[in-house]
Amino acid sequence: MEISDGAVRILAGLLTARTGQQLSVGRRWRVETALRPLLVRYAMPTLDLLVGKIVSGEVPQLADEAIEALLNHETFFFRDLAAFRQLETQGLGRLHAARAESKRLRVWSAGCSTGQEAYTLAMIFADRPERWAGWTIDILGTDLSPTAVARARAGRYSQFEIQRGLPIGHMLRCFDQQSDEWQASQALRDTVRFRVHNLLAVPPAGLFDVVLCRNVLLYFSADVRGLVFGRIASAMPADGLLMLGAGETVIGHTDRFVSDYECRGCYRKRVEDPRPALAPIADES
Amino acid sequence: MMKTCLVVDDSKVIRKVARHILETLDFAVSEAGDGQEALDACRADAPDVVLLDWNMPVMSGIEFLRALGQEEFTQRPKIIFCTTENGIAHIRAAIDAGADEYVMKPFDRETLQSKFELVGVA
Repeated sequence: MEISDGAVRILAGLLTARTGQQLSVGRRWRVETALRPLLVRYAMPTLDLLVGKIVSGEVPQLADEAIEALLNHETFFFRDLAAFRQLETQGLGRLHAARAESKRLRVWSAGCSTGQEAYTLAMIFADRPERWAGWTIDILGTDLSPTAVARARAGRYSQFEIQRGLPIGHMLRCFDQQSDEWQASQALRDTVRFRVHNLLAVPPAGLFDVVLCRNVLLYFSADVRGLVFGRIASAMPADGLLMLGAGETVIGHTDRFVSDYECRGCYRKRVEDPRPALAPIADES
Repeated sequence: MMKTCLVVDDSKVIRKVARHILETLDFAVSEAGDGQEALDACRADAPDVVLLDWNMPVMSGIEFLRALGQEEFTQRPKIIFCTTENGIAHIRAAIDAGADEYVMKPFDRETLQSKFELVGVA
């Protein structure tokens, strides 16, 4: 089932307008596969006709459903294990010392898809009760997709999903088997909040000591990526940590962050913001 | 030096699929059709990791694990149980018998890779 160039352009425009994401040449092949279930559901013979229905607005929810289908929800537990080990030993170790007085940490899994990353963080904290006893750890997972957020909240995973990256000990300790699915235990789910959020929008309220935004920014144009880096920076304290995907970097994309040499694979806000300073306020004294 | 993996399964098809995936992960792969063959192979030249089926003729996966536990190794192979059995009782039994990780069929390359990383042989 092929789709015309014009229809792809319409979908690409819609995707960018709603999410900031680009439909690059590399992802274009996914369109036909991703939208096929919608063709079946709405009994439409061609993808061009489906796009026509989206444009006409005849089926109001169709645009949302097409966007949802085009989003990449790929994720798994402890994705890039070495990076999570670095975060746990170096990054969280440092923040543990820095927040020893307040005993509060806030963590944001930005673009959390179906929740595996947020639950990974929750398990990392749960693994060290002696370190985090008496602390308030707030873990927030956000994603653009309401469907993904609903799945994350439910914490239910197929047999295939549950074993992708998840150590068997964690699976036995933190998940309950329910027929062919595994559900995050109530105790684990209680430690994580999820909500729908668009990375192009103002960040969730408050500052986050650790932000994970992994394998998301690659779908944005350079301009949008810069905007999102700025949004994230505005939601972090000076000593906060930003963790990107294994193949991602800030270099060449933003001047708001620099590599954190104590925690490889993580980034910190640049201490001296290189942007021009605002004009000084006149001294009225 | 290439890491070595012994695939233990009585199904030739499963061994073939596993071998294909493992070779893309840069493992040197050897095969055994049951637990006894696997035990002999480990005694001769212990691999870094064993991908182990549960139900096999001659010697099952669990029997192999118990027998392996009696052997002396300079470096004991890591064991990843790889079966269609997904009940908690089975999984616990495998871990209790000495398995380091557990993967349920069907699996894909990323799942296997993540398991190898978890046992430290990636």
